[in-house]
Amino acid sequence: MTTIKEKAQDFVRVDRRDGKLALAHIYVAFIALFIGGLCGLLQVLVRSGQFTLPWGIGYYQVLTIHGVLLGLILTTYFILGFQIAAISRTSGTLTDKQRLVGWIGFWVMTAGTVAASIMVLLNEASVLYTFYAPLQAHWIFYVGMALVVVGSWIVAIAQIMKYVEWRKANPGQPSPLLSFMVIVNLAMWIICSLGVAVEVVFQLIPWSLGWVDKVDVLLSRTLFWYFGHPLVYFWLLPAYMVWYVIIPKIIGGKIFSDALARLSFMLFLLFSIPVGFHHQLTEPGIDSFWKFLQVVLTMMVVIPSLLTAFSMFATFELRGRQLGGRGLFGWFKKLPWNDARFTVPFIGMAAFIPAGAGGIINASHQMNALIHNTIWVTGHFHLTLATTVVLTFFGAAYWLIPHLTGRVLTKQMNKLAIIQAIVWAFGMSIMSGAMHVVGLMGAPRRSDFSTYGGAQQATEWIPYQIAQAVGGTILFIGIILVLYIVANLLWFAPKGETEFPVGEVSENAEKTPMWLENWKIWLTICIALILFAYTVPVFEMIQNAPPGSKGYKFW
Amino acid sequence: MHIHKYEKWWLTFGISSLVLFLTIVGFSAFHYGSHPPSGKIYIDPERVDEIAPFNKPGVHKVEGEEWDYEVVLVASAFYYNPPEIEVPIGSTIKFIATTKDVVHGFQVAGTNINMILEPGYVSEYVTTVDKPGEFLILCNEYCGVGHTTMTSMLKVVE
Repeated sequence: MTTIKEKAQDFVRVDRRDGKLALAHIYVAFIALFIGGLCGLLQVLVRSGQFTLPWGIGYYQVLTIHGVLLGLILTTYFILGFQIAAISRTSGTLTDKQRLVGWIGFWVMTAGTVAASIMVLLNEASVLYTFYAPLQAHWIFYVGMALVVVGSWIVAIAQIMKYVEWRKANPGQPSPLLSFMVIVNLAMWIICSLGVAVEVVFQLIPWSLGWVDKVDVLLSRTLFWYFGHPLVYFWLLPAYMVWYVIIPKIIGGKIFSDALARLSFMLFLLFSIPVGFHHQLTEPGIDSFWKFLQVVLTMMVVIPSLLTAFSMFATFELRGRQLGGRGLFGWFKKLPWNDARFTVPFIGMAAFIPAGAGGIINASHQMNALIHNTIWVTGHFHLTLATTVVLTFFGAAYWLIPHLTGRVLTKQMNKLAIIQAIVWAFGMSIMSGAMHVVGLMGAPRRSDFSTYGGAQQATEWIPYQIAQAVGGTILFIGIILVLYIVANLLWFAPKGETEFPVGEVSENAEKTPMWLENWKIWLTICIALILFAYTVPVFEMIQNAPPGSKGYKFW
Repeated sequence: MHIHKYEKWWLTFGISSLVLFLTIVGFSAFHYGSHPPSGKIYIDPERVDEIAPFNKPGVHKVEGEEWDYEVVLVASAFYYNPPEIEVPIGSTIKFIATTKDVVHGFQVAGTNINMILEPGYVSEYVTTVDKPGEFLILCNEYCGVGHTTMTSMLKVVE
C-alpha cells in the first residue's frame, strides 16, 4: 500500500545519505567564503592606504588565501555538492559504491586544501592562486593543490557513474536535463584540469623538490591558462543549471526548450577550452596569429550566451503573461519578486549584462592592452564570479540546504535573503565600479598599496581605492548576512519539507533529438578544437624553449 | 530541431554583430598590423647583462629603421633599469625589454603600452608617443614582496 506513494516521495527527495555527502561539501564552501571574504576585506582596507596589516602578515599572503579559497575552494566544493544533490535528485539515489567514491574524493580534496592552507599560512607559498613560476612555493603547497584537483575528479567519477547507470537502464532516452548538464560541466572540468595537473605534477612538484633545476615558464603559464579560462565556465555552468532548470519551476513556469538548453551547454563545452591565450595576449613567445585564433574561439561563447538570455526571458515573459501581465513589459511586474529563490539569482543575472560586455573587451586582441593586469580585470570577475555566480549559488542554497537538512526557509529569512542580495549589489556596484574606472586609468591588479614614488597618476587613483574599501566593507556585511541565513538553515530553522525544484519542459517544446547527447560526436569536436588551437603554438614553445628558470622566493 | 521565430531573429542579429565585430578586430590586426606584443626573441635570463642590447639599457637614437628611438629596459626584482626614460613628443619608439629573474610586467599607466616580461624572452612593442607628460611605468605582474616599489618614469617632452 505504501509503496507507490513512498516511492514517488523518495524520488523527489534527495536520499539522506547523499544529502550528507552534498552537505559536507557545502560546509567547506561556506567556511571558505568566510575566511576568503575576511581576507578580501583586509585587502581593500590595505589598498585604501589607511590601514596596515598587523603581526607581520603579508599583503600577498592574504591575497593568496583570498584567491585560493574563493576562486578554487568555495566554488569547487559548492559546485560538487550541488551537483551530487542534483544527480541524486534527477537520476536517482547513488549506490553505496558511488557514494563511497564521492566520500573518498571529498576527503582527498580536503586533505589537499588543508595541506596547501598550512603552507600559505606559514608564508611558504605566497605565489597567488595562479602560481607564477619561477616564484617557487614549498612543494607541499603544490602537492596540496594537486590533491584538490585529483579529489575533484574522484567526486566527479561518482556522479558520472550514476549517469552511466541511468543511461544503461533507459536506452534510447535523453537523460534528465539537470543530470545531463552536470555531466557536461564535469566533462569540461576534467578535460581542462588535466592542463593544471600536468603543470603541477610534471613541472612544479619536481622543480620545487629540487629533482630538476629549471622550469619552462611560458609552458607552465600556458598550461595554467588552458585550465584557467574553462575554470570560470566551470563556475558559471552550475549557475546556468539553476537558471535553466530550477528557476522556471520556482516561478511556476516551464522550461522553454530542453533541446536548446542542451545545445547551449554543448557549445559551452566546445568553446570554453581552446581559448586560454586570451589571458596571455601581452606575453612574448606566442605567435600573434594563434592569439587571434583563440580570440575568435573565445568570442563564440557569445552564441550560447544569447541562447541562454533568450530562453530565460522567454520563460519569464510566458509566466508573467500567464499571471495576467499585459502590454510590452507588464509581465515583468508579475514575477515573484518577494521570493528570494528567484530574486537573488535574478540580480545575479542582471549583473551578467555589464560583466559580459566587459569580458568582450578583455578578450579583444587589441583592447586588452589597455586593461591587461589592471584592476579593471578584478572588477570584471567580481561581477561575473562574485556577483552573477555567487548570488545564484546563494539563491540555490536557500532551498538546497533546507531540503537536505529537513528544514524550511522562514518568511523572515526569505526577506533577509533579499536584503542580503540588495546589500551585495550595492556594495559590488561601488567596489567593482571603482575598480573598472581606476583600472582604465592604469591602476594594476594584485598590488599592495603604493604611492609609486609619489607619481602624479598614482595619487589620482587613491580616491577610487578608498571607494573600493567602502564597497568591500559593505560586501563583507553581505557575507555576514548570508552566513547568518546559512547557519539558520543548517541548525536552527523550523523542521519541515522543502522542495528541490526541478522544472518541466513546456508542452509546446519539441522532442529532444538524441544527437545532442551523443558524447562521441561532442567530445571528438571538443578535442579536435583543442588540438587545432594549441598544437602548433605549444610545439613551437617547446622547440624554441629558452634555458629555463631556477626558483625564486621573493616574498 | 525547432527554433522559435523570435529566437531566430535574435540569434541572426547577435551572430551578425559578432561577425562584424570579429571582422573589425581581424582587419585591424592583419591589415594594419595592430597585434599585441608577441616577440619571439630568446635570451639566456642569467646572462642578460652581457648580451646586446641589454648590456646598455637606456634610450638610443637609431637611423634607417621604422622607429626613431629604441628604449632598452631591463627588469629585475624590484627595479627597472633605467629608472627614467626621456623621449621627444611625436617620435616613434621601440620598447625592448626583458627580465633577469621572475616574470615582471611593463605597463605605462594610462596607455596601451602593456607587456609581460618573461625570463628567457625579449618583449618588444613599437608605438608613437603623441601625448606630452610624465607616465608612470609600473610592474603589473606579481613578482614578490617589493612588487609595487618597481617603477620607472616615461617623460614625453617637447
